[in-house]
Amino acid sequence: MQTFVGIDLGSTTTKAVLVDEQSKVMGHGITNSRSNYETAARVASQEAHVDGQFTLFRRALTDAHAQVELDTFLGALERAFRLEQFLEQLDDLEQTCVSQIKGERFAKVASGVKDALAEVFRCLREEAPELYTPGAKRKSDFFRDIAGSRYHAHAEKVARDASLSYDLLLNVYDKSIIEVENRPPAGKLSDKFRRALGRVLATEPSVKSAAADIQKMIEGALAIDLEETYLVGTGYGRVTLPFSKEHIRSEILCHGLGAHMMYPRTRTVLDIGGQDTKGIQIDPNGIVENFQMNDRCAAGCGRYLGYIADEMNMGLHELGPLAMKSDRPARINSTCTVFAGAELRDRLSLGEKREDILAGLHRAIILRAISIISRAGGITDEFTFTGGVAKNEAAVRELRKVIKENYGDVTININPESIYTGALGAAEFARRAHFGQVDGGKQ
Amino acid sequence: MNTATKIITSRAPAKEIVKDASMLKQKEMMAAHYDRLTSAPDTGAKVAATFVPGNLNELIMCFDLVNNLPEVNAIQNGLRRVSGSYVLEAEKIGHSEDVCTYVKSDIGMMAKGNIAPNGKKFPDPDVLLLSYTGCFTFMKWFELLREQYKCETVMLHTPYMGDGKITKNMVDYMVKQLKDDVIPTLERVSGVKFDIDRLREYLKKSTKAEDDLVRVLQSAKTKPSPIDAYFGGIYYIGPIFGAFRGTEDAIDYYRFLREEIEDRLAKGQGPVTPDGDMGKERYRLVVEGPPNYTSFRQFWKMFYDEGAVVVASSYTKVGGVYDFGFRHDPDKPLETLAEYCLGVYTNRSLPMRIDMLVSYINDYEADGLLINSIKSCNSFSAGQLLMMREVEKRTGKPAAFVESDLVDPRYFSAANIKNRLESYFQMIDQKRASAAAAA
Amino acid sequence: MAAPLNSSATATVVARANALFEDLSFTSARQWKAAKPGRKVIGYMPIYVPREIIHAADMLPLGIVGGGDQLEVIHGDAYYQSYICRIPRSTIELGVSGRLDFVDGMLFPSICDVIRNLSGMWKLMFPNVYSRYFDVPQNYQDDTGGNFYINELTELRHDLGKLRGQPITDDEIRRSIAAYNENRKLVRDLYAFRAEQPWQAPAAEVYLVVRAGLVLPVEDHSAMIRDYLAAVQAEERPKRDNCRIVLTGTFCEQPPLNLIKSLELSGCYVVDDDLLLVTRWLIGDVSADGDPLQNLSLAFLHHSESTAAKYEPNQKEKGQHLVRAVKRSGAEGVIFAAPSFCDPALLERPMLQHVLKSAGIPYIAFKYAENSGQMQPIREQAGTFADSIKLWSAA
Repeated sequence: MQTFVGIDLGSTTTKAVLVDEQSKVMGHGITNSRSNYETAARVASQEAHVDGQFTLFRRALTDAHAQVELDTFLGALERAFRLEQFLEQLDDLEQTCVSQIKGERFAKVASGVKDALAEVFRCLREEAPELYTPGAKRKSDFFRDIAGSRYHAHAEKVARDASLSYDLLLNVYDKSIIEVENRPPAGKLSDKFRRALGRVLATEPSVKSAAADIQKMIEGALAIDLEETYLVGTGYGRVTLPFSKEHIRSEILCHGLGAHMMYPRTRTVLDIGGQDTKGIQIDPNGIVENFQMNDRCAAGCGRYLGYIADEMNMGLHELGPLAMKSDRPARINSTCTVFAGAELRDRLSLGEKREDILAGLHRAIILRAISIISRAGGITDEFTFTGGVAKNEAAVRELRKVIKENYGDVTININPESIYTGALGAAEFARRAHFGQVDGGKQ
Repeated sequence: MNTATKIITSRAPAKEIVKDASMLKQKEMMAAHYDRLTSAPDTGAKVAATFVPGNLNELIMCFDLVNNLPEVNAIQNGLRRVSGSYVLEAEKIGHSEDVCTYVKSDIGMMAKGNIAPNGKKFPDPDVLLLSYTGCFTFMKWFELLREQYKCETVMLHTPYMGDGKITKNMVDYMVKQLKDDVIPTLERVSGVKFDIDRLREYLKKSTKAEDDLVRVLQSAKTKPSPIDAYFGGIYYIGPIFGAFRGTEDAIDYYRFLREEIEDRLAKGQGPVTPDGDMGKERYRLVVEGPPNYTSFRQFWKMFYDEGAVVVASSYTKVGGVYDFGFRHDPDKPLETLAEYCLGVYTNRSLPMRIDMLVSYINDYEADGLLINSIKSCNSFSAGQLLMMREVEKRTGKPAAFVESDLVDPRYFSAANIKNRLESYFQMIDQKRASAAAAA
Repeated sequence: MAAPLNSSATATVVARANALFEDLSFTSARQWKAAKPGRKVIGYMPIYVPREIIHAADMLPLGIVGGGDQLEVIHGDAYYQSYICRIPRSTIELGVSGRLDFVDGMLFPSICDVIRNLSGMWKLMFPNVYSRYFDVPQNYQDDTGGNFYINELTELRHDLGKLRGQPITDDEIRRSIAAYNENRKLVRDLYAFRAEQPWQAPAAEVYLVVRAGLVLPVEDHSAMIRDYLAAVQAEERPKRDNCRIVLTGTFCEQPPLNLIKSLELSGCYVVDDDLLLVTRWLIGDVSADGDPLQNLSLAFLHHSESTAAKYEPNQKEKGQHLVRAVKRSGAEGVIFAAPSFCDPALLERPMLQHVLKSAGIPYIAFKYAENSGQMQPIREQAGTFADSIKLWSAA
């Protein structure tokens, strides 16, 4: 089937979304942004592809009324698939690490290091399935993060036991990880799915009975080729995106269209990202009519909350819940991030309550963001709020208040998946471009 | 992936820049001017300093004074990328980060030896003609220079057109200042007696140059436009805003320029850019606000790479507005100097500025307005957000807003600006597409 | 029997002044307007307008100096980039939020490009309000700048007369001049008293009393100053070991009251300042005989205060007004406070500092915004300054 891909190269994460001919989202994927943009794009795109495959699996199993608890089964299949991916990359990492054992540094200890590495990776492979059991807590879903922390843990022990310098093992890892991370994913996806399916069918008791049927349905879904018919990329702050010009759309337009796809009656979009804030007005077709940005001053962006979190020695995700405890937000006067910290300390020393100050700080960031929206023409019903800050309940509370006070009753849309807004818009641009709908691309 | 995802390959090498007669002439004029300035201590020539808005060059010439324009020097320093260190130097000495970077570049340049583009030292001014026109900072700038040089300073106060018009009171006031203060001071400093007929002669010459300048500016009404009226425009306004208005050189320059532009018109050519002729004209813009000088080429490239040409700009009127009928009038020499000063862009009320931008968008058939908001210039920047919304309302065309600075390189973020510009161009494409679909 | 003059009398005056200061809806001015049909209110921004002309038209001059630290700016930010001072955005906030809906005219003096451009914005945003950019001459010759100014005053007089429905007579202007002469004298008396005995008249109180003059009819304000002076002169207030400073900042945008309080808390007596200069812009009495506009013009040209927005034609004179203020008030140092992004205050500062240096007068400098919230750095700076002055003057 034809699919259309949108890729959004952000500063921290790269997102991809797959839509079908009817603009329906088939899947999305996310990975950490890295130095090789092409690889980041490819990995995100593959993740979206995988997600799309799972959508097909779900459809296949649903249509055939499979005798199996869908969510449990698909959950298990996904975990097994992730495990297969992880193991594959682990192999790559091992081979790459081993290849680093050369030269002066390793002259005397080469075989010792090789043995130690073999042991480390044996341990890693052994414990890998644990990482993907249901309910397993992982710090992150990205290979670099998982592999890194586990590697360090095992390497320390193995080095000690083998009386080897820990540094040597660290050294080969450091030299290898970037290379491995930036290598495009190898191996056929369908093979990985099959291996994963094999795992699930072997280990999950609930599906053993229907094994044969399920296998047929899965194979049927695998047979559907998710063709990448057209791709559009976007991303801010990249001097060059790894796409040719006709495959690029501005990230503001992608964001506007993405918001429209999520909420077709949206007219105003506010995006408070980590690094910048955008106020966008879109027309009934999702095309941007007006926009304003705040991308130099930190005070209206997520960065602001980052500084506050540092100042208060709290996790970013803890700010919102604490602020919610306040019913009397302090009036914070500093519009500048640099001084917000000082004002915070000042008030704490004067005995003001942390939650009140925090609530006030959340209000301050919202006011800054609202001024961006005002410049772009104010708020027209419906209003969509996207970006990391949209997940912060205290920020959302202040936003609702400010909107009510100044614009009356406005429908406020917040999507927990709003991080994909840009990629979604890009995917829709790709679809429209393919079907000849003139939309701002170069002809 | 099985899509047409191509990696960007390296760019084609830049074409040879063609040197036109006007460009060569301008280069000559500037070089000769800087030589005249830097050799003044040897030749005994006296030096005056004044500002571009309200630049009474014809009057200054009547006294054989050499006209040194600190704003032009700051621009030169910006284009040559040395202004950054000058601004830092001025801030080190105690000037605020918030104030005009032309001033800081000037003060920093002075602190670091006061070297002109020709490598020689600028002379100390003999007189500061404080043409207080369109900008508050000018007053402080020359008070600062006066403190430094301890030289004669004469104030010429140009009242602001707060009500959108020139009044008799304003002209009388200015003429009186000229008669009672400016002219006697210039006489005293130069030792040359004022001859009003000499002024008339210079004014006649100014008019000729102004006529040709306006023809050049208005050539942009054609599609495709043969000129870029913002980036290219900076070069075109040099002689008329600088130390050359009223000279034969300026007449020659503008004649050459007009002929070159008429030639381009006849051939249906677009504007010249540093990378050669621009390709297909895709977007026609009106730009409000000064350009950034420290990343001038880079900024310009963001336009012509997308086929965007600026067909009219407000900054090219900051030293005088000639395309709405005004000419220097030799029959009323002092009044005309006053009217010239009163009419410069930054001395116009906000409603007047909006009217001008709206008329440009309509008369030059532009796709929209772009505002380049300059951090250190309140005269231009304060009110631009309202101007933007007003212009959008009245023309129905979209506006875009980018932010940078005059000559402080710290305030130019290429990624920032490129993102906003590209989004804007794509927005225009969308509007066109839906208008076409609706038709 | 008259109420005894004691600390509660002071408190009463200050409380009233404070209430007027905090009232961003300008209730007292609204009440003044409602009290008699046909009354009009003309707003004006810093630093100086000839309020006599407004008063002569039976109108109330209303000083608008931004929204201060109690006003949240929500709409105003849509009009200004982040690198422009706060006063225009809070003033616009006052306007669009309806707090100025009873004001019939706005005057924008020629003090800087931001306020200058705001005059044009106001015309577009509030077309039914009489808005005027009020230009003052930078040439101080009677026949040149003087004539220009007289014509400006004449235009204003004519416009306000039209607004009233009746031309303003010379006698009306003369009477107003007399009323404002009196008020200016009282403000100077207050300043002189404070310079002499700053512990008796804390800077924050003086500020509130003077600021009330922006919203009260001039006669009421004069009465308030008298009451305050009488009350504080009858009180015994504790002396502190503070150093004496002059506070200068051009002060179009006002510092938060807390800033003024913080300066005194950290050990500085403010013995002179240029806050609210409109209340004593003209020095000495303006003649109430003869042509009133000419008198106002001559007073402006030759007997008015100095500020950054006013050109100083004589290099030797530049900055000397500050030196004289220091000497006259017995100050030991100068504190430069400038609003962030303020061209007049910040461009002027280096020149004033050079002059102070030559005169051997110590100084410190900082920036603020009308809604600055954290006073700690200012307290530290001012406190250190006060200590250093005491240390060295002892030596």
